[in-house]
Amino acid sequence: MLGYILRRIGMMIPTLIVISMISFIIIQLPPGDYLTSYAATLRATGDAVDEAELASLRERYGLGEPIYVQYYKWMSGILLRGDWGQSMEWRKPVKELIWERMALTVFLSLISILVSWFVAIPVGVFSATHQYSIPDYLFSALSFIGAGTPGFMLAMVVMWVAMRQFGLNVGGLFSEEYILEPWSWAKVVDMLKHLWIPVVVIAFESTAGSIRTTRANVLDELNKPYVETARAKGLRERNLVWKYPVRVAMNPFFSTVGWTLAGLISGQTLIAVVLSLQTNGPMMLRALRSQDMYLAGSFLFLLSVLTVIGTLVSDVLLAWVDPRIRMEG
Amino acid sequence: MNDNRELLVEVKDLKTYFFLDEGTVKAVDGADFNIRRGETLGVVGESGCGKSVTARSILNIVPKPGKTVAGEILYHRKIKGAEQTLDLTQMAPQGDEMRGIRGAEIAMVFQEPMTSLSPVHTIGNQIGEAIRLHQGLDPDTARDLAIKTLSLVGMPLPERTIDQYAHQLSGGMRQRAMIAMALSCHPSLLIADEPTTALDVTTEAQILTLMRRLQDELGMAIMYITHNLGVVAQMTERVVVMYMGKVVEQADVDTIFYDAQHPYTRALLQSIPRLGQKTHDRHRLASIKGMVPDPYALPKGCAFHPRCGAVKPGLCDQVEPTMVEIAPGHKVRCHLCANRA
Repeated sequence: MLGYILRRIGMMIPTLIVISMISFIIIQLPPGDYLTSYAATLRATGDAVDEAELASLRERYGLGEPIYVQYYKWMSGILLRGDWGQSMEWRKPVKELIWERMALTVFLSLISILVSWFVAIPVGVFSATHQYSIPDYLFSALSFIGAGTPGFMLAMVVMWVAMRQFGLNVGGLFSEEYILEPWSWAKVVDMLKHLWIPVVVIAFESTAGSIRTTRANVLDELNKPYVETARAKGLRERNLVWKYPVRVAMNPFFSTVGWTLAGLISGQTLIAVVLSLQTNGPMMLRALRSQDMYLAGSFLFLLSVLTVIGTLVSDVLLAWVDPRIRMEG
Repeated sequence: MNDNRELLVEVKDLKTYFFLDEGTVKAVDGADFNIRRGETLGVVGESGCGKSVTARSILNIVPKPGKTVAGEILYHRKIKGAEQTLDLTQMAPQGDEMRGIRGAEIAMVFQEPMTSLSPVHTIGNQIGEAIRLHQGLDPDTARDLAIKTLSLVGMPLPERTIDQYAHQLSGGMRQRAMIAMALSCHPSLLIADEPTTALDVTTEAQILTLMRRLQDELGMAIMYITHNLGVVAQMTERVVVMYMGKVVEQADVDTIFYDAQHPYTRALLQSIPRLGQKTHDRHRLASIKGMVPDPYALPKGCAFHPRCGAVKPGLCDQVEPTMVEIAPGHKVRCHLCANRA
């Protein structure tokens, strides 16, 4: 098992190098760079463009140099000094920008996933064991609606309802007075007050899908002979359903859990934009649009690192929960 | 034949139907037979004749949309010396009492040991579960008992095997594990539903020998469901032949093989290939003509009449025959034998 993990990690390194090169090239593909679009914006608004400042910025960010030199400087900065470069738009180190938002993103994603599993698994199991009953039809209808509703639209509806009916200010994760405050108990309480809307909106969509997945997987397993063996042993029906078919039906969840890591960077961007959440998604979108290349590049690179790590995590988890695919040596 | 042994299970006019959208399938339609303590009863018939559904009816685990609609299954149990008779068809399938019998007093071994064991739980977990459930033992004692049971069924290296998963074992070892699971609580009836069909012949022979040895040692009755008449000859004392949900003939094993009366039983016996047949009279192996009838539309009269070589038109296709006892312990459901009672 350990050898398997080490081998997989060894294979990750060349993968990541290639991905980082490709993403760096793609970022450079649109004509111009951040400074040309910055200068254009300045000119459009009638501000004077200080050519000397532009030149010094171009020098500082190494924008005039060939692409492989730029790539080398950026990559060696990350690997040797943990320096992800500067965001041109925010005038801040990329590292600070990303980590600032990472905690919140992780927190929000985790809570949403847990909420969604907490609801989806019992409902899916119930639907499967009561197939074609009225509650099953009801849950199925609900989950189809959930899966078919775009998250950003639901976000807008929830915001509108919360504002009109309850007079809540629902944008963002904090009330205005806390946004710039350092962390305190009051700030946490304030955040929890705001948190339920994004959690509900994000969880709603994934819950719907997970209910369908759970139901289908459990139905597949329910008629397997090993369930009958357990029944013939005299186990209580509820206990045997949870111990055997549900346990086997959970395997696909473990195989997809790794993907949620990548979702920390790019996930729920639309919902986050609508709800003005301070998470990574909207910032990445903005960096891509304004050609803030080191910020965008760092996001893309992190995204691919997390995807590759997530896949490994999934594989290891799956091997752990399913003895049939455990690797030898 | 020692026919004085006490009755263990009496199946009386059992009817288990499946209510499907396409119609009602009468999987078991009036089955009658008894199982005595300590005996081995063979239940034979083609696929779909209701053998397995009968077994599940006894355990009260008929899968939906199936339901036992009529008949009785009387189970004579002995608790602390006192006799008690229960009608298993009348008991709530999920009730404590039924679950207490299932797996403890009546246990079952299934056809496919690979798929009948959970792929993600160890053998020990699955055997220990039955032991803990029915004997209320703590996990350590249950584990010791599981290891003991595994060595009883001839599992090599039981201390190691107990922590292995089904896919790590060979077919024969898997079936040994299944048998260990079924025997772990010393049942008085073991239902074996084609336990060797999925195994190769050498392994089959080992498992059959094992089951006979275990029966000698533990004294339980075995209801052996199979379509393999060779296994019937080797394993059983009495035989019940089923066709389309009904028992068509029952007798002790020698009578079935040498003096079968029902045309279906005779046809079954003729379809066994024999080694060493003289080459000059080599001919095609006899098979039963025709197909198993459509379960949604059973033929009128005797269900076997469209395939029967001795059919009497006007009688067999009109009137359903009744079961008659033509000799002590030898019962036949056929018009041809009706006046021999």
